[in-house]
Amino acid sequence: MSVSACLDPLPGDWRRVSPRYVWVDLVAQILSWLIVTAAVSVPFWFMREWWLLVFPVAAFVVLVLVAAFTPRRVRAIGYRLRDDDLLFRRGLMFQRFVAVPYGRMQLVDINRGPLDRVLGLAGLRLVTAAAASNVTVPGLRMADAEELRDHLVELAETRRAGL
Amino acid sequence: MSGLPGGVPGPSGPAMPPPVDPAAAAKAEDLADGEWHRLHPATPLLRGGIVFIAIAGVVISQLRERLVDLFVPQAHDYGGDPIDLLVRHQLLPIALLIAFGVLLVIILIFFFSWRVHEFRITDDEVEVRSGILFRTNRKGRLDRIQGIDVTRQLLARIFGAARLEIKVAGHDANVNLAYLSSRNADALRRVILRRASGVREREAAAASGAPAGPATASALIGQRIQEFAAPELDPSAAPPTSVVQMHPGRLVGSTVLSSSTLWFLVLLIGAIVLVVTFHVYGLLLGVIPVLLGLGSVLVRRVTKSLRYSIAATTDGVRVGYGLLSLSNETLPPGRIHSIQISQELLWRPFDWWEVRVNLASRSRERGQEGRRGTSILPVGSRAEVLKVLELTLPELLASEDMSALLAAGLRPGRTGDGFTISPPRARVLRWFSRRRNGFALRPDAVLLRRGAIWRDLVVVPTARMQSVGLHQGPFLRMLRLAAVHVHTVAGPIQARIGALDARDAAGFFRDAAEADVAAAVADRSHRWRDGHAEPAPPQWHERRPDLPPAPA
Repeated sequence: MSVSACLDPLPGDWRRVSPRYVWVDLVAQILSWLIVTAAVSVPFWFMREWWLLVFPVAAFVVLVLVAAFTPRRVRAIGYRLRDDDLLFRRGLMFQRFVAVPYGRMQLVDINRGPLDRVLGLAGLRLVTAAAASNVTVPGLRMADAEELRDHLVELAETRRAGL
Repeated sequence: MSGLPGGVPGPSGPAMPPPVDPAAAAKAEDLADGEWHRLHPATPLLRGGIVFIAIAGVVISQLRERLVDLFVPQAHDYGGDPIDLLVRHQLLPIALLIAFGVLLVIILIFFFSWRVHEFRITDDEVEVRSGILFRTNRKGRLDRIQGIDVTRQLLARIFGAARLEIKVAGHDANVNLAYLSSRNADALRRVILRRASGVREREAAAASGAPAGPATASALIGQRIQEFAAPELDPSAAPPTSVVQMHPGRLVGSTVLSSSTLWFLVLLIGAIVLVVTFHVYGLLLGVIPVLLGLGSVLVRRVTKSLRYSIAATTDGVRVGYGLLSLSNETLPPGRIHSIQISQELLWRPFDWWEVRVNLASRSRERGQEGRRGTSILPVGSRAEVLKVLELTLPELLASEDMSALLAAGLRPGRTGDGFTISPPRARVLRWFSRRRNGFALRPDAVLLRRGAIWRDLVVVPTARMQSVGLHQGPFLRMLRLAAVHVHTVAGPIQARIGALDARDAAGFFRDAAEADVAAAVADRSHRWRDGHAEPAPPQWHERRPDLPPAPA
């Protein structure tokens, strides 16, 4: 995707998340799209009109596409620790880049779902005073996540800024 | 944003703290001595007062016939009402005893809840503790104060009491002191703001002030009347220093010409067309409640803003509101996270604008009351908007460049006015506003200009920016466009702008991230008067020569 490359505001090496995170994402996406498929097939079960099958089939096609692109999407997640701020990117279709200065971080969370725990992964959430910042770096190895958290907290402490 | 040296440079902004009633100042110092203090004795009455009056009203109206009978004896049959029942079973003494007991318990509960509801103000914190069974204790750090609100409802004004709300950053994290005596509330606000500003030494003058002597009844009544009639609590910050005069005509006009009226007219015309063509007269009945609702909104807006005032004080901007229930809020410097200057469609011929702000503190009250704090100028001319901006973001307007940018932000887009606008291919997404849709980035602030029909301009001081985002969906990618979002604390203003050239947007993201870091390092506004030797603000144009040069 050469066009998308031109958006990258700061080309350089992004640190990627663990490839094992593909499984976590895959299971989550498949489950949520299966639920959607089941929900949109309700009219068909009640009315037995064949054309109503369009909705569940469409939802299933989306499921397959989403699942097929999961490895690419996980590879698109990246973060970078710069001197004064953390850069985060994610998304293939809908790309999103965020820059959070270390001094603006209010707290750093580590979240682990059941599948994360099985695979030894963890997600790191950065919270600023703005709800819109919304930066979660998923799929880090547990040891990395803890190290990164301590590092970020230390950086935030030394560069503490007002609100 | 750097701290304010001395005073706020306003047209008539006082450089020195305004003269204060020495007795009140001394009392306020006493209240802020770090010890625990109680609130105004009338507090329980003011908090539970309305409920009491309502209950009394119901009881009296229910027993009206009986009361009449007490004085004018007549033969009456009361049917099977409860009192008759009690009399017949000779339970009246017991019932009276129970009623009296309940009343006593309620009074005792109110009394004890007043006794244990205490506050203290130390050099760093304000702390409130309350509750008999469930104790609550709330602390607010003075350097996180976002503003102080003094409100006087109608009932409280009769008692000469006021509510002091200390706004602390966070959702519903405000510390309430309800109620204090009006004079104390105002003096206490000054003391708290001075402590928060980082000025450590206490003013000798305030400490040596003579305590108020025992007030005679007539003097007390005179003072009460004076307080009641005063447009603002603090005579030293009364309307003469207000930089904007709110004309009632303009207020009514702007309210009538607002979008909601416009939509109502559209609905009305639609309804009339339907009635005339299809003869459904029932539809007209549906219009009446909408009309009533609209009318009440208009009346509320007008009465709220009639006595609007905005003035500079040494500890920030002070905005006053209200006709019957007065409130005025002091916003220390550097507490405004973003400003939006917007214009309703029908305001264009009159050149009226509204100024709103995002603040870090939000209160629980929803709707009209909760939104009170977000509009700091309900309606004003272009000159008045600039005056308000000068008060709220004083450092920003100091430079010629920024004044030019602000002027350009309120005009139709023009080439070379300092804003980077959307490319021609963005016309698909921004039919009319392509030439207005743009941004300008300076070391002090980010300006986002949007909309051709409903114009608005958002200013975010870089010192208050939390983070920056850059977005691109499939549709924007096809057009080689992108959107940027400046993240600030939550509020009515969304500082985002779409349909920019992808390369411009990426450049904005890069530069804004850098400006954010630089501004955060230089910012000292959490203790806005703590030492005047500040690190020099970074010299932007020397450091980043690749930025677009400022227009002449």
